[in-house]
Order: sequence, then structure tokens, then C-alpha cells
Amino acid sequence: MTPDAPEAADSRADESLRLSGITKRFGSLVANSGIDLELRPGEIHCLLGENGAGKSTLMNILYGLLQPDEGQIVVDGVPRVFTGPRNAIDAGIGMVHQHFMLVDVFTVAENMILGREPGTLGLINLRQARRRVTELSQQYGLSVDPDARIENLPVGIQQRVEILKALANDARYLIFDEPTAVLTPQEIEELMRVMRSLRDEGKGVIFITHKLREVRAIADRITVIRRGAVAGVAGPGESEASLAEKMVGHQVSLTVSKQQHEAGDVRLRLSGVTAVAANGSVAVDDLDLEVRGGEILCIAGVQGNGQSELAAALIGTYPLRSGTIMVDGRTVDRFTTKERIDAGLGYVPEDRQHDGFVGSYSVAENLVLNSYHKPPYAQGLALRGGVIRSNARDRVAEFDIRTTSIDTEVAALSGGNQQKVVLARELSRELAVLVASQPTRGVDVGAIEFLHKRLVAERDRGTAVLIISTELDEVAALADRVAVMFRGRIVGIVGPHTSREVLGLMMAGASVEEAMASADVTTEETEGVVT
Amino acid sequence: MTRSSWWTEILTTIAAIVLALIIGAVVMVVSDPDVLDKYAYFFYRPGDALAASGDKIGSAYFALLKGAVGSWGAITQSTSQAAPLILAGLGVALAFRAGLINIGGQGQAIWGAIFAAYIGFGVHLPLVIHVLVALIAGVLGGAIWGGLVGWLKARTGAHEVIVTIMLNYVAIRMLAWLLTTPAFQRPGRTDSISPIVDWTATFARLAGSQLHVGFVLALLAAAAVWWLLERSTLGFALKAVGANPHAAATAGMSVARTTIIVMVLAGALAGLAGVDAALAPSDSGVPVPLSNGIVGDVGFDAVTVALVGRSRPVGVVLAGLLFGALHTGGLGMQGAQTPGTVTDVLQALIVLFVAAPALVTRLLPFLRRRAARSATPESTGALT
Amino acid sequence: MSGERTTAGSLEGSVLEPGRSLETAALRRQRLSVGILISVVGLLLLGLLAATHGTARFALSNAFDPVQLPTVSLPGLPLVLVCGLLCVAAGAGLLTGRLAGRFQTLAGTVGGVGFLVGFLTWAAAGRALPFPVSNQIAQTFAVATPLVLGALAGVLCERAGVINVAIEGQFLVAAQAAAVVGTVTQSIAWAIIAAALAGVGMAALLAVFAIKYRVNQVVLGVVLNLLASGITGFLLDQRFSQSNLNSAPVMSSIAIPGLSKIPFIGPVVFDQNILAYLAGISVPVVWVLLFKTSWGLRVRSVGEHPRAADTVGISVTGMRWSAVLVGGVFAGIGGAFFILAATGHFTRDFTNGSGFIALAAVIMGRWHPGWAALMAIFFGFATELGSQVQTLNTPVPSDFLQMLPYVATVIAVAGLIGRVRPPASDGEPYQKA
Repeated sequence: MTPDAPEAADSRADESLRLSGITKRFGSLVANSGIDLELRPGEIHCLLGENGAGKSTLMNILYGLLQPDEGQIVVDGVPRVFTGPRNAIDAGIGMVHQHFMLVDVFTVAENMILGREPGTLGLINLRQARRRVTELSQQYGLSVDPDARIENLPVGIQQRVEILKALANDARYLIFDEPTAVLTPQEIEELMRVMRSLRDEGKGVIFITHKLREVRAIADRITVIRRGAVAGVAGPGESEASLAEKMVGHQVSLTVSKQQHEAGDVRLRLSGVTAVAANGSVAVDDLDLEVRGGEILCIAGVQGNGQSELAAALIGTYPLRSGTIMVDGRTVDRFTTKERIDAGLGYVPEDRQHDGFVGSYSVAENLVLNSYHKPPYAQGLALRGGVIRSNARDRVAEFDIRTTSIDTEVAALSGGNQQKVVLARELSRELAVLVASQPTRGVDVGAIEFLHKRLVAERDRGTAVLIISTELDEVAALADRVAVMFRGRIVGIVGPHTSREVLGLMMAGASVEEAMASADVTTEETEGVVT
Repeated sequence: MTRSSWWTEILTTIAAIVLALIIGAVVMVVSDPDVLDKYAYFFYRPGDALAASGDKIGSAYFALLKGAVGSWGAITQSTSQAAPLILAGLGVALAFRAGLINIGGQGQAIWGAIFAAYIGFGVHLPLVIHVLVALIAGVLGGAIWGGLVGWLKARTGAHEVIVTIMLNYVAIRMLAWLLTTPAFQRPGRTDSISPIVDWTATFARLAGSQLHVGFVLALLAAAAVWWLLERSTLGFALKAVGANPHAAATAGMSVARTTIIVMVLAGALAGLAGVDAALAPSDSGVPVPLSNGIVGDVGFDAVTVALVGRSRPVGVVLAGLLFGALHTGGLGMQGAQTPGTVTDVLQALIVLFVAAPALVTRLLPFLRRRAARSATPESTGALT
Repeated sequence: MSGERTTAGSLEGSVLEPGRSLETAALRRQRLSVGILISVVGLLLLGLLAATHGTARFALSNAFDPVQLPTVSLPGLPLVLVCGLLCVAAGAGLLTGRLAGRFQTLAGTVGGVGFLVGFLTWAAAGRALPFPVSNQIAQTFAVATPLVLGALAGVLCERAGVINVAIEGQFLVAAQAAAVVGTVTQSIAWAIIAAALAGVGMAALLAVFAIKYRVNQVVLGVVLNLLASGITGFLLDQRFSQSNLNSAPVMSSIAIPGLSKIPFIGPVVFDQNILAYLAGISVPVVWVLLFKTSWGLRVRSVGEHPRAADTVGISVTGMRWSAVLVGGVFAGIGGAFFILAATGHFTRDFTNGSGFIALAAVIMGRWHPGWAALMAIFFGFATELGSQVQTLNTPVPSDFLQMLPYVATVIAVAGLIGRVRPPASDGEPYQKA
């Protein structure tokens, strides 16, 4: 606990949150280097940067979760040293975490009081806790049921609880860490309204994101971070292209050059596919879909609408309740994962660390992770190390995988190179269908371009490519057709140039017609609608 | 595995042994009233207390060393003690590599001993064939008991730790019950003891020593496990499942099948330890007849052997020899003024230090630059 | 690096928007396995009909009880038949899947009670002696006392996210402490206090290696058990067997005035030793601690989502340490029981796996103090039944009955408790960002 700081009320001009010269190293890696940042009450300050640029590290320092190696944090004119989140909270800093810091099996009220429970003699006074929740939710217009269990609440409401939790501690400076990743466009609008009203009440808001559009919509000031250092500051008027250049460091083309596609026969056909989650809720609900050879079909949708389960059900790691999956006319839904791979199904999982590779295995081993048991890599029960290594040398060259050696553990590679290992493994065999889930998540921009090119090349080879993405920019860049998924169903299939507004409405559950009616666009504008 | 990390692990292990010996010495001094009495007048005549302590520690550790490796007989006694530890340790190590914690060596070894002993005394076959049949039966017994765990885990997700612990006690009770049945109980006896195993089913030993087939089997098993882990497709899948079961499943490996195979193999290896207990000659040249304590604590000792051996076959052999020597030395201490059970304390302390490399580097800061990794998965997940 | 790493996307952790619901695979498996189990048990009972003769007699009091109740005689054959049929019917009901949730529970209960009554009737039918019901139940509470205390220790640890496989070791060390201190002081109270302190000492070892050095907690538990066995064995050989330090006083039972006079219940429940009463009181105490105090809320939060607790300023290591140490008190008191309720004499490894039964009770009791205690009592019942049935001379070997807790636990983890959710971070060491 830091001693009580002298009240800064006499010098209101001093009221601000100031980070200066923050440096943080993890071993040889410099996550933050000499970062300066200032936040005043009544403003929204955007912190923009790519995945891995060091935004979260900086915010974890500000919130007391990490201690800086150099630099200073000054709150309202008083220099502070935070040894833990409690210090930061006491200094008036609150955080809305990207991965909600809520205990699933606790109620809303229990989560809100955790850490400073009301009551006497160690016994909790829950009635008082409930009253406090109700008061706060009325004060800020964020209604929640204090007795609901977190695990039973939808994501948007969980985020509301997370915000209320920060406000309950009388935070004057609020950090929102990538808050939009899990929300529908409409929910994002709602969140922005909340952020604005907080600003108007005189709170200082830091909004962390890597999405340019959101920054321009809401920021009063923008600080761009690249490779752990401040790459520039900007106002809300700055163009997207210029912001992107600051963020990435060089000019970026946000589009992928690709030829008009020539769709062939249907190579992947899903009918009536239904999958049920462990808690009994239906993740994929009686879904029908066809993907043709030589086309890229993108499934757009907000995270948590069954896309992840659909992808895993396709490769066979998630149980299918009913329905059929056909690859090139063969029914594969009773196949094991191994048999599906042999049938020509390629798969790039959404979470590569979790499902895509074995971190402690070498690059060479991961490149044969799904073919190690077959010739030429194996002879009977024995592995053929020489062949495995020569294959690795070829793939590393072909896919430009940056690694010190083919014996390096994949866990030691950068996100982009890890993804290249996964893609190299899948694309180095003859495929009928490629399912790629969030293929560029957490990947640096240079690698994104490369990965997109390889996906398009695979399409041009006549493979049916199914891409699942929550990034509308990626969908727009890659798709030949876009299917929008909501609560386990495809609500409609539209052309690649459909407006963001229409897609947004569909992602919230509207049908194509409804979406276009309320978005007030004519069918001509959205050419190529397929339903 | 690079050379420097080999060194780190060897140094950490040696440091762990030294630390354990030091703490063991303290325990011995503190627990001996005669020595402790001398500390009452420590400031008056410190020499007395120090001499008594030194004498106590010195004579105990000397007796231990002499008992373990002081003669050819002692050395072969150590190898014969090491054999079941290595075998069961390999079973635990193999499971560790596949991400499974096999606490069930005890039960698996018991079934190995039951099957092997029954063939040994209940069936009469010619030389060589008899011992082979008994051996295969024992391996089968352990494999079934281990496979049951794998099957339950693969089929229902039951946590192997709970299942193995519970099945240990089921096996213990089954053995106790069997020893009351006419098929197993020695005629004319009312206590729980079986007939003596035929000489045709007894492990051959080098004349005049305790170096017997069991130790050779242990070395062969270690070599086989090494090949399996490092050079075979099954080992590739097994380690992948252990390191990241999700990625392994996504790459088409069957986690369920691998789990079952691993537990069958682990059970077979522990079963071999049981076979060794049932068929290896004791000092008198005749195997110890089946009784309730036939396999001792081999299942739990195996966990310590696998840990100290870093779950690698060579390491397991070395750790097995170390603990085998400790056991033998402990038995040799009977005459000394310190009870041989001190070796149980030493063994547990060594493992505790090996399991927490961070503690060793904290106590011995010169090792700090070489932070060693723990040999087991950090997390177990809840036991359900 | 550390902050930016994506951890989202693992399906078991993903949040799904609410939609339709169906019976899950886990629930289905649970229903089917309970159904099969009960049906098999019912068929077994029907098979035993051939071996059921005469009447079954149940003694409701023993000779020393103040109020003597009559010995109940029941016709063996019809009762076993009815119980067997009830079990089969309940099992079939579950298997068809036509029963609604509440009736499923009822069917399970009918199956369990039916089996128990049927089995006891068969065991007692036509024997020379009546089955001593009051004895069985009174002894059950005695046998269950250390199991309940050990299970409470386990619940406290695991709710905070630390798996405690070392309950057995805690029992051993605490028992030896009770034996030595009890011998020196000749005081039950001091023996219990010493045992509690010894339990806390072992708990501190568990805490330092599990929390600070992040050793795999199951492996750690196994090693600590070996250490406890080794050190108590060594000290026994070196010190306590020669000098006379191994004969502690033994507790006598305390009849609670008034309550102990109630027919049947009085002598069964209210005539126990002090540790049994202590165990009984401990259950609600631990429940209140965990679910009604801010300490409990914090303990449970670090067991579920330690990072969330950390971000609101709760010390994860501090909470885990406190929960493990408090657990140590209960495990220690449980260890004292083995000395003070028996001969006052410590022998090597004489706790004989009780710590593992306590662990099983924790899991079958779903990490809840009340349910865990109930499971501990059930296991005590099964163990005691083993010795009682032996005196009746039934053809079932007592070894099989003593297997019951272990087999029941295997069956439970394999299928019956698919619905339960352990503390989400149980067994996960915590490392700050």
C-alpha cells in the first residue's frame, strides 16, 4: 500500500494521468521502450497498434500487474509506484479487460464486491452488495441483474459487469483493452455510447484497439504504438491510410490482388449440421452450406456464434449431433480426424497455440504432425528422421519461415512464422477442401499479406476454401462469397462487396432482406446476392 | 536436448542429493537423544557435541555406503534392488511423457506378481518355458490393470490419478483375498502366504551374487522404451499427445487410442516389476513367496525414480540404481546405531529437491545461471 | 509479449451466445451409467434370492443401551425380491430416458436404498445373530470421523486451487505428534493441539512447494506422503520405540446429557468421543467459512479465476497459503483420531490409505463440505459394514466390502458425476503476468 497521497484538489490543472519514459523488458525482448502517454479527464485517448506492439504490456504496467524497468507514472501530479492492481485501483484507475476478469460461477453482485466485500466480522452482507449494484447500474444506465450468474449471461452483458466493476471502485481513469473484439457492430455502437457518456461525466478513457475505423469514430487523441515505442500521435481527423502507415511502419495495401474466380463443382457440402456444446446449448444449429472448388467462401460473424464449433466439427474434433458432411461426394461425418485428413480436408485452426502445433516440437516435427506415420516419413513403426528433416528444409524455404534452424522449437517463433508452419503443413499436400479459421489472427502485417496470397493461390488450384473470420476487412479482401453466421445458423449469403452496415445487421441476426431494408440500400448496390 | 541442459540437470540432481544428505544429517543428530544431550553443554565444551554429531553422521553414512557398494555382493544386491525400481519407473516415465500421471504402479505391479507367482507355483512346466510363461502372464496382468485405467480415461474422461490410486487399493484387497483362497494359500498355513515358486520359474542369477535376470530385463526394457520414445511413430504421437493433446487430435492422432496404449505399456512395465518381485531369487536363492507386502512400495517409489530420472530412460536407469543402492545400504545399516529407515527420508528429500529446481538454485546460487526445468507437467488439472 | 499472447479460442473456454438447449453428452452418459449400475445391482439381488433363507433380524439397540428396542424380524425372501425388483424398475426407468429430472433423482435414490436394504436383508437372513443396526451406525460415525476431517482439509485446499494428495501424509505426521505429545503431557487436549500443529506443518510444506515452487501438485502429494512415511518411520525406530514416548491416553466417549437418552438416535449419535463431535461441528463451520465470509469468497475466487482475483488486488498466493494452512488444522485433528481413539500407540503407516479415501470423498462430494462429509460417512459405513458382515459369517469376503469405497469412487469419476464442475483452476499453479 502506498501512503495516502496529498490531495491534488487545490491544483486542478494537475489533474491528469501521465506515463513517462516507460520501458519494460522480458529477457532480451523489449516490450516497451521509453513510452510517454498522457490522459486528461473528459477525453478519450486511443492507443492504436498491431497485435504484439506492446499495448497490453503498457496497460498492465499502468494497472500495476507488471512493474516497469524504467519510467514513471504520475497521477494527478503525484508520482506513484504500483506494486499491484490494488495500488492502481486506489489511485483511481480502472480496467475493462479483454478477457473478462469475472469469476464464472459467481453472481454479478459477488463479482462486483470481490476484493472489498461489505459486511461485519468477516461475514458478507450480500443485501448491501446487491443494493450497490442496482445503484451503480441506474447511475450509468447499464442494467444488470445482481443475482445472475456470470456464466449464464451473454458476452455483451458480461462486459457491462466488467465496466460496472471498474466504476464501483470509483475509477476516474478507465482503460478499455480491446473491448470490441467480442461484440457485434450494434453492440460496438452501444459500447461507444457508454464510453462517450463516461467521458462527458469527466472520466478519462483509454481505448486500446487495432481497428482504425473505431479509432476514427471515437478518439479525441490518438497515440500509435509500433514495436514497443510511440510511433506517432494524431488527431481524430487523420486519414485511415496515414494511421495504418504509422501503425505498420510502411505503406500497406489493404487489398489482395486476385483474379476473378471460376467456381467449379461443389467440393464441400454440409446439410443439417448440428453440434451441441458441453453445457447443452446448440452451437451449430441445422446448418446447410456448399463450397465449390476454386472459390473462397468466408463465414463472417461475431465470435461466439458457433463458427469455432463448426470448424472443429468439420475436422472431427468436436462432436456432431446430426447432419452430414460431404467432401467430393464422399460422406465423411463418421470419419475420424485422421480419415478426414486423408480424404483431402486441410485445416488451419483458429487458435494455433492450442490446436495448430505442438510448441515443444521442432519446426521439422510440426511440419509432419499429420503425416509422420505415413511413407515417406515412416517405415513401419520407425520414423525416418532424414526424410523429415529434408522435407522441413524445403518447406522453410518455400514458405519463407524465419527460424534459426529446423530444430528450433516452434514455441520460440513469432506468431506469423508459427502460422506459416501450420499453413505450410496443410498446403504441402493435395487438398479438396481447406478450412481456415481466423487465419491471420495475431499475425504481423507482413505475414498477413503472404498468408492471404497463399490462400488465394490455393483457391486458384481448384481447392474449395472456407475461411472463418471475425475481421470484416479480411472478409472483404478474400471472399468470393460471404456467409453470415448468427447463433449457429447461416442467416444469409451475400456478395463480397456488401456494405458493412448490412453485414453488421446480419451479424446481429437480420435476414438479407431485413438487413437491406433497414440499411436502406437497394439490391443493385449489393451486387451478386446469393441466398 | 543440448549438452548444457544435460549438465544442468546432472548438476541439479547432484546438488539435490547433497542437500538431502545435509538435511538427513540434521535429522539424525536432532533425533538422537545421546547426541542431543551433548548440545546441552555446547558452549562449555563444544567439542563433545560436534564430535558426537560427526561420529553419528559419519558412521551412519559410512555404513550406508558400505552396505550399498562396499563389496561385490553389496553391489549386486543394489542392482537387484534397482531392477523393479527401474522397471516400474519406466512405466511411470512413459506415462509422464504422454501427459499422464500414473500413480498406479503399485496395483499394476501387484497384478504382475499375482499372475507370475501363480504360474510359478500353480503350474509346472519345463525349465526356460516356465519362467517365460510366468513372465508373460505377469506382464499381461500389469497391462490389463494399467489398460483399464487408460480405457476408463479414454472412454469417460475419468482422471487417471484418482482411478490409479483407487485401483491400487482394489488390487491390494484382491491380493489379500486371494491369499485366503485355496488356490493361493499355502496348504497347512492360516496366514496369508503362498507356496514357494518352482525353481524352474525362478530368475537365473550369477553364481555367488544377486545379479540376476531381472536387472538384465530392466536394462533391456529401458533400451526398448528409449527406441519407442525417440525413434518410433508411436513415440512421436505419444509425446505430442503429452505436450499438446488438442493439437495432436487436430492433426489426426487419436488421443484416446494413445492414452490406452500408453497405459497398457506402463502397466506392462510395472507388471514386470511385479514379476521381478515374484520370481527373482532372494538371498537364499529362492523367490520370496507371494504375501501382502510382496511388491513393497514399488509403485510410489517408481514415481520418485521417474522424477529424478527426468522421465528419460537413461535417467530412470541411473535413478533406479541410486535408489536401489540406497535401499540396499539401508538394509546394511541394521547393525549401526542409526536405523536404516533413514534412507526413506533421504529418498523423499532428494525427490523433493529435484522436483523443485528453483529451490535448489535458491539454496545454491552458483547454479542460478542454469535454471533447470521440472520434469513433470506443471499443472494436473482437477482430479475428476 | 506476455500481455499480447492470444489465449482465446480454446473451445472449452469459449462463450456461446444463448440459444436452444439439448441434453448434453455428459448428462446422457451419467443417466445411462446410473441406470446400468442400478439395473445390474437389482439383477444381482434377484440372483441372490436362491441363497436367501429364513428371516432377517435387525437389532436396533445393543445390550448396554439405556432404552432397549426390540429386534425387528423381517421375511428374507419377499424383502430381497421387492428390493431387487425396485432396483431393476428404477434402472430401467433411467435407461429409457423418459423420466424428468426430478424423477431421475428419485429413481437413483430408490436404487441406492433398495440395494442397501436388499443386501443387508440377504446378509442377515437365516443367520444365528441379528444384524446390529445401532452398532453399525454408531461405529460408522467413529470410523468416518478422520475421513470427514481429512475431506474438509481437501475441500479447503482444492477450493483455493491446490490439490491435496498428501492428506495421508498429514494424518501420519499428526498422529505421531499426537502420540508423542500425548505421552509426555498425558493430556488429550495437548495431543490434539500438537496434531493440529503437525498437520499445519505438513500443509506448509505442501504450500511452499505447490504455490511458491509450482511443483506438480499430484506428484508433490505422492512425494510428501513418502516423506511423511519415511520420517515417522525413522523417528519411530530411532527414538520412540526405545524411550517410552509412544503411549498416549485414549479418549472415552462423552454421552451428551439428555440427548443421549433418545431411543436409538441417542446412543448412536450422542455418545461419541470429542473428536467425532468436533468433526460434526467442523462441517457447518467450514461451510460458513467458504460460503458466507469474505475470506471464503476470496478463497473460491482464487480457485476459480486467480487472475481475476489478482486484478482486484487479492493476493492469490496469500489466499492459497491461508486455505492450505487452515486445511492443515483439520487434517491434523483427523490424524490425532488414529491415536486417541484407538490404542494411543503409533505404528508405521498405520493410517492405511485413509487419506486417500478422504480425497475420494472430496471428489465424490463435489468439493462441497457438506456433500464431502456425507461421502466420508458413506465410506465409513462401507468400511464398517465390512467388519460387521464378517461377524455374521456371510459368504461375501470382507475384503470385497472394504473395496467398496475405492470401487464406488472409480465408478463415480467414470460416469456418475459428469455434471459436476471442479474449481476451474484446481491444480493450476499461479504465475503473475
